[in-house]
Amino acid sequence: MTDNTGRIDRSAELLMRELDGELEPAERAELERLLSDNPELREELERLSRLKEVTANMKLRNPPEEMWAGYWTSVYSRFERGLAWILVSIGAIVLGSWGAWYGVRDLMADADLPTFVKWSILAVIVGLVMLLVSVLRHRIFVSQSDPYKEIER
Amino acid sequence: MELERERDDGHTAETILVRRAQAGETAAFGELVSIYMQRCYYAALGMVGSPQDAEDLSQEAFARAFKARARLDPERPFYPWLYQILRRLCYNFTRDTSSRRRKLERAGGWLVAEARVRASVDDPERVRATDALRDRLEVAIRELPPAQREVFVLKEFEGLKYREIAELLEVPIGTVMSRLYAARQRLAVRLDGIE
Repeated sequence: MTDNTGRIDRSAELLMRELDGELEPAERAELERLLSDNPELREELERLSRLKEVTANMKLRNPPEEMWAGYWTSVYSRFERGLAWILVSIGAIVLGSWGAWYGVRDLMADADLPTFVKWSILAVIVGLVMLLVSVLRHRIFVSQSDPYKEIER
Repeated sequence: MELERERDDGHTAETILVRRAQAGETAAFGELVSIYMQRCYYAALGMVGSPQDAEDLSQEAFARAFKARARLDPERPFYPWLYQILRRLCYNFTRDTSSRRRKLERAGGWLVAEARVRASVDDPERVRATDALRDRLEVAIRELPPAQREVFVLKEFEGLKYREIAELLEVPIGTVMSRLYAARQRLAVRLDGIE
């Protein structure tokens, strides 16, 4: 009852409308005609009606009442924590960059340290920064090619 | 006419709340949360199938909406915008395989028989049969592809019309119907033999 593009055909559409109480009066006559001509369709309607009956007897479980009382407070706490993390991250990046700059400058200016040690420490620092940038770039790329991104507003 | 006026009044009140929230009034956003928290929670519950995760994800959706409130057009309805944030969170949550085991442990117990059914079931045998059917239905719904599951839950448990679902998901009505049809076909096969 579906075509190559996944669209349902007219008889399936009418069955669905009948099950969900969204059938227009003009469509009812059309459905009845189709049902009288097609026993398979009647069987399909019976099968889906039984399923509809089962789901109509179920509902989503209610949470404990006290959850609603503290709901807004929890939302606001989440927002505050998110904001706090942003501030901590920005501060850590600025302080880290500042510390790294002064650290490297002092390291290079240290006359007692052998040159190969200076360059090795510098290589480790540059390597770590490159790893960090690479991971961040990959994460940004993955989020941009996210197959679910079309559901973003 | 009356219904239309009520809807217009509701939309105007919501527009005012959104503007106040955008102006930095936290309490106004709190009012929006009070209006939509139940709807948001139940939508998440239908998508992830775990009360604990539904609470977590629905609260996270509000927190993100609050953070992004400056980008919201006050003239547009609030809930569809919030719902887009929520469904993105729920989709990401369900496809995240790193916590699959924990999710399976927490899933379940999100459906319950309607009160009228519970009241009419006084035979222990029938109680067990109803519980078993509910468990089978929960598992079968959980195993539906996310897009089909979402439409099925909005239709069956939130009682939305095709048009309302289409507006919420920003897809044509035909897409809503085909997803719902596919979901029902799968569930009917899974629950074959139900009485």
